[in-house]
Amino acid sequence: MIGFSWLASCKPAAEEITSVPEEWFDINAFIKIGDNGLVTIMSPNPEIGQNVKTSMPMIVAEELDVDWKNVTVEQAPLNTELYKRQLAGGSQSIRRGWQSLRMAGATGRRVLLEAAAQKWQVPVSELTTDKGIISHNSGKSLGYGEVASLATSVEIPEEVDVKDIKDFKLIGTDVRNVDAPKIVTGQPLFGLDLKRDGMLIAMIVHPPAFGMKLMSFDATDALAVPGIKDVFKVNTAPEEKQWSDTNAFTELVAVVGESTWQVMKAKKALTVEWEKDSALEASEDHERKLQQAISKAPSEAARKDGDPNKAFSKAARIIEKTYSAPFLAHNTMEPMNFFAHVTEDTAELVGPIQTPEYLRKSVSSLLGMAEDKIKIDMTRMGGGFGRRLYGNFGMEAVAISKQAKAPIKLVYTREDDMTQGTYRPAYKITYRAALDDNNTLTAFHIRGAGIHGGPVFANRFPAGTVDNYLAENQNVDSNISTGAWRAPRSNFVAGAEQSFIDEVAEEAGKDPVDFRLALFDRAINNPVGDDNDYDPERYAGVLRLVKEKAKWGQGIPGVSRGISAYYCHNSYVAQVVDVMMEKGRPRVKKVWCAVDCGIVINPIAAKNQIEGGIIDGIGHAMYSNITVKNGAPDQSNFDRYRLIRQREAPLEIETFFVENGIDPTGLGEPSLPPIMGALANALYKATGKRVYKQPFSQQDIVLG
Amino acid sequence: MVYLFPTYELIKTIMAAFTLNINGKSHEVDVAPDTPILWVLRDHLDMVGTKFGCGIAQCGACTVHLDGTAIRSCSLPVSSIGGAKITTIEGLSEKSNHVLQKAWIKHDVPQCGYCQAGQIMNAASLLAQNPNPSDQDIEVAMNGNICRCGTYTRIKAAIKTAAQDLS
Repeated sequence: MIGFSWLASCKPAAEEITSVPEEWFDINAFIKIGDNGLVTIMSPNPEIGQNVKTSMPMIVAEELDVDWKNVTVEQAPLNTELYKRQLAGGSQSIRRGWQSLRMAGATGRRVLLEAAAQKWQVPVSELTTDKGIISHNSGKSLGYGEVASLATSVEIPEEVDVKDIKDFKLIGTDVRNVDAPKIVTGQPLFGLDLKRDGMLIAMIVHPPAFGMKLMSFDATDALAVPGIKDVFKVNTAPEEKQWSDTNAFTELVAVVGESTWQVMKAKKALTVEWEKDSALEASEDHERKLQQAISKAPSEAARKDGDPNKAFSKAARIIEKTYSAPFLAHNTMEPMNFFAHVTEDTAELVGPIQTPEYLRKSVSSLLGMAEDKIKIDMTRMGGGFGRRLYGNFGMEAVAISKQAKAPIKLVYTREDDMTQGTYRPAYKITYRAALDDNNTLTAFHIRGAGIHGGPVFANRFPAGTVDNYLAENQNVDSNISTGAWRAPRSNFVAGAEQSFIDEVAEEAGKDPVDFRLALFDRAINNPVGDDNDYDPERYAGVLRLVKEKAKWGQGIPGVSRGISAYYCHNSYVAQVVDVMMEKGRPRVKKVWCAVDCGIVINPIAAKNQIEGGIIDGIGHAMYSNITVKNGAPDQSNFDRYRLIRQREAPLEIETFFVENGIDPTGLGEPSLPPIMGALANALYKATGKRVYKQPFSQQDIVLG
Repeated sequence: MVYLFPTYELIKTIMAAFTLNINGKSHEVDVAPDTPILWVLRDHLDMVGTKFGCGIAQCGACTVHLDGTAIRSCSLPVSSIGGAKITTIEGLSEKSNHVLQKAWIKHDVPQCGYCQAGQIMNAASLLAQNPNPSDQDIEVAMNGNICRCGTYTRIKAAIKTAAQDLS
């Protein structure tokens, strides 16, 4: 490596280092320090747009006590020996990574201190650090780079202190996305951008409908397209399935060729015969089955407190409403893709995957190859939203590379992507509330059903706030695959629950905020049951904060307001939404959002996540829909599948964080679910009618 | 009647040489005439900043400029552009310092980042035609570019910042 390290010979100062290090030293699995003081921090988790590639290394840098200007971030490969939980899901990267990232940084700092102490023959206790500089109380100082080599041979102390959170210098400041300079200049970052010598392009053809399977194909015309190398059948089902192997289509036709357009054309030229394998379902079937499921009690309740039956029979008034929502596709903007190079005894995979560890297990099973022979690198992902938890595309790339005996990049068309399944389940849920003569809530009953699993969280609000409570889940089977979609279950439950609570509050003649706060008071002062898995004080805290910030109760002419509060993925969110009707179409003027996620690592990015979740939530509640006929999705591209666009986005979103110093929790999902409820409640104020079905734009109260 | 020429379907698959003016440089490619500019850029010229999103001009991820005007490169065959000048995200500025690129970083717009090259190219075309767009002008001009992460409010703010920097 060419370089000239002038800093090492000058008095070190906390400034941007512009030289290139001659040598890098591995301080630990997360930290490399160059002899000139530059720092490389490994980002362990997959980056899907939740910004962990910036915020996780920030935590390491904070404890290491280095100047962010001198930090370069690198994406770590899958390495289960060095890193824990290399997974993007459940908004858990920050929460679950917090302690180990702090320890990685603090341990790195400590061994550098030990090295400096050795070099100067002074006790560690006489040394301090600031922005990558170690100082002794005698006045001498040196840069981390000067002791990085020595630090690699220092014994790591058993106990290492982390900073007091009041001493944080980097955490809590706005740090911009480390990949932004590459993003705005179009440099290669994503799986689809990958190119290797000798690499071929591959595409798959999957059955046109759920319930169909491959019978035969004629590749004559496809092989006549210039550049096409091979057309063959692949089987991608592993012998031993992981939870992430949920794919409905495992027998596929693969087309392999030199370039993407040639393969796309060959795909169209291919003649494939399919045969019926199981029922060809339709959305009407799902509607009917979900309705049947919620019309009867399951054999076992998910939770029961008190005597709900008796309480309902004694009620002065019962309010009962049913809500439903359709399948949704993930529609990451970067379609599924993966690079694979399988040889006799090794497999190299590179691409966008939220669960590299599980993909490796599945690939190991598919190939009959030991896991240590399989290498997986993660690229930046053009969106995840849960879709890339399920690595069927990685398996397909592996199976194709093996058969083609070549390095290949599998590429999905948008149509392959949108019609493949792994959908957010279609759901139905019925809520019942009992009020007594004083309009006090005496009983609450939830019964939900979903394709491949019911949506009800039995121990979440309003569990714990009402003496008589019953929560029930029903499953409906289908041959259509479903999966986790940004804020699983919550992405439906929150909208339904928060609409229903609003309606109950109105029936009880109470302000919707006061009604909710009274329920939280009950859960704070005299909770029902022991298993409530939320903190009612933090819940009430965000509701009070948004009430204050939005000046709830003060009307603005022409503006309709809705409110909601919801807890999921360990974070608390309350929202007020202001809607204006323009020629029958709702337009969100402003969203006020209060969030309790504990310590905020990177405010500018945290707010971005919250804004994104809100816009995404409004879009999917209003417009998006997958319907099915004869087993085939009616929507296969963005001409028929509607995602929210710039003209429909809120004019303003303002976010307020609760400052409490509690260990941080994630933000990739929590702002999405509640906005569906707040929006429904605002639409009611605007139109006088409640919406019970998503997408709202297809109901008769609002125009799309 | 005797057909002396191959059918159109066949013509489409025959490789042909095209000379393209991209980011001020001349490039020769030998591809089928119906190959969209998107795939010429990505597969044949290794310029992968222009993204594939839908293939039917519905999402805007593949936006480039043709003689300064934003077009969807996924739906424009290489044979249709003649000597028109193509500008891609890689050629938007020489030193990564276009007002929009700077504003995008200032506002920390990207989440996943996949759609942003298309958003920026579309916005650059808007600002070239209308250096001082109203909120409504921005909404109309940017409506064809989808962002699944939901960065629309930041995109709008960044375009306004860039417009101010221009004036």
